[in-house]
Amino acid sequence: MSTEDTVVVGLGSDLRGDDAAGLAVARLLGDAPPPGVAVEACGDAAALVEAWSGAALAIVVDAVRTGAAPGTVHHRLPDLPASLPAAGWHGGTHSLGLVDAVDLGRALGRLPGELVVVGIEGGDFTPGAPMTPPVLAAVRRTARELRERLSRERRAGRRR
Amino acid sequence: MTHKTVRIGGLTRVEGEGGLVVHARDGRITGLELRIYEPPRFFEALLRGRGHTEPPDITARICGICPVAYQMSACQAIEAACGAEVTGPLRDLRLLLYYGEWIESHALHVYLLHAPDFLGYDSGIALAADRRDLVERGLALKKAGNELIAVIGGRPIHPVNVRVGGFYRVPARAELAPVAERLRRARDDALATVAWVAGFDFPDVEHDYRFLALSHPEEYAILSGGVATGDGRGTPEGFAVEDWPEHVIEEQVPHSTALHARLDGESGYLVGALARYALNAARLSPLAREAAAAAGLGPVCRNPFRAIVVRAVEIVHACDEALRILDGYTEPDRPSVPVEPRPGVGHGASEAPRGTLYHRYRLDEDGLVAEADIVPPTAQNQARIEEDLRDLLAPRLAPGLDPPETELAALCERAIRNHDPCISCSAHFLDFRLDRG
Repeated sequence: MSTEDTVVVGLGSDLRGDDAAGLAVARLLGDAPPPGVAVEACGDAAALVEAWSGAALAIVVDAVRTGAAPGTVHHRLPDLPASLPAAGWHGGTHSLGLVDAVDLGRALGRLPGELVVVGIEGGDFTPGAPMTPPVLAAVRRTARELRERLSRERRAGRRR
Repeated sequence: MTHKTVRIGGLTRVEGEGGLVVHARDGRITGLELRIYEPPRFFEALLRGRGHTEPPDITARICGICPVAYQMSACQAIEAACGAEVTGPLRDLRLLLYYGEWIESHALHVYLLHAPDFLGYDSGIALAADRRDLVERGLALKKAGNELIAVIGGRPIHPVNVRVGGFYRVPARAELAPVAERLRRARDDALATVAWVAGFDFPDVEHDYRFLALSHPEEYAILSGGVATGDGRGTPEGFAVEDWPEHVIEEQVPHSTALHARLDGESGYLVGALARYALNAARLSPLAREAAAAAGLGPVCRNPFRAIVVRAVEIVHACDEALRILDGYTEPDRPSVPVEPRPGVGHGASEAPRGTLYHRYRLDEDGLVAEADIVPPTAQNQARIEEDLRDLLAPRLAPGLDPPETELAALCERAIRNHDPCISCSAHFLDFRLDRG
């Protein structure tokens, strides 16, 4: 359970090219987390439920494949799981993914107060491949924007 | 002849992705292939030319569920090549880290992946909706394991504090106190878990397995030991880890990108919880032995469906042994022993939650990795899982019988989950197809 009121969680795999996008954002943010923000990288749904339990706001960053141009950042999809493009969100290495985590959290009454999902459109998920340049750029942009947003909201004393 | 095809959009509740195709003609199985169709792992090639300190961190990335197993087998293989050995309190810390992984991995499998099969739920999530108390207990157990890994390894997934020769830093006794407190509760939860799963309704199935597991004279082997093999009757045979390449041969099969392993020329041996229990049950902690007896496990368990009980017993053992080490913990005087690279070959093996994980490295004159060989547990079990499936399906496909294909598919999925395959490690994993020709 997070002791901070906001948690940012990066999901993905370092071994599959652009699938590392969520982890990379979490690492960039986690090097110097904004005040009041916990940053984690997660490997499975059970850990995800644990990470966001008790948080007022959870922001989950993951790579997606929806057919948009690689590097496109999807900021919507708050109405999980109905709005999730299933192929992109069940496509992880392990059988318990983000959708499962939301379902599990709901079943256990352990969803965060507010859940925001940021999807970074990947282009290349080949094992062993590096992240592609547009996705790397999107990772940096997303980390910067999240840092600014969370710091601003903290100063304003409100979350959104 | 009728032609039927059953297709399921992916086997659920196993780690990774794969497929199963069954061919039957006139009620006889003519082909059964567990298809592993994702690209093979290129780790062995990736490791060549790397420094002798790198394999633990690189190979840990093979699996998000059992990174500690990869780190431990890799460290021990490199240390063996360099003539170094980690003993005493540093070895105890390695054991602690490994017990943490067993607890979190087994708790995930028992509660969220395997138990739903016995209780008529489609998933752990459906189980959670009805029995929140049970799933919360499973998650609490898993968390206790994760915390143990985090306090020693630096973080719960892909620990960063492990190095060849030991650790980068060792925890102070005070840092371990809260973890011990949680583990005491976890041990109670683990005992309750054994009692719970022992009451499930198990299909009446036994297979005549040939088991393989590490065996250690003083421990229920997890971190190290010799290799024991046997069928659970009489005295097991054995060989040293260094002799692994002479006994275990991997071969390509056309339908899978994971290699199949043969033991002394025979395919279809079994590694994992059932094998460990059959070969080492006498060295479980007294509390775990007691729990096993109360659960009705004999000295050997050949019913793969009951592997869930053995895993629960292993959680008790892991909590119990971790607490024993924590209670006697004194901070090691140094976090690691020196490991100077030298040319040579080293072998290392340990018991990943899913079974024996073997690593071999050859270092060159510059201390760089010249060759790497990794044999993960699921690749070893793949042929045996196929045999389990044949044994289960054969009587159900006999002439005159026509069970619904969804029922057969569900049974196959259960039979595969019995062995907690980690297809992410062996390559990847399931799509079920039955062709009755």
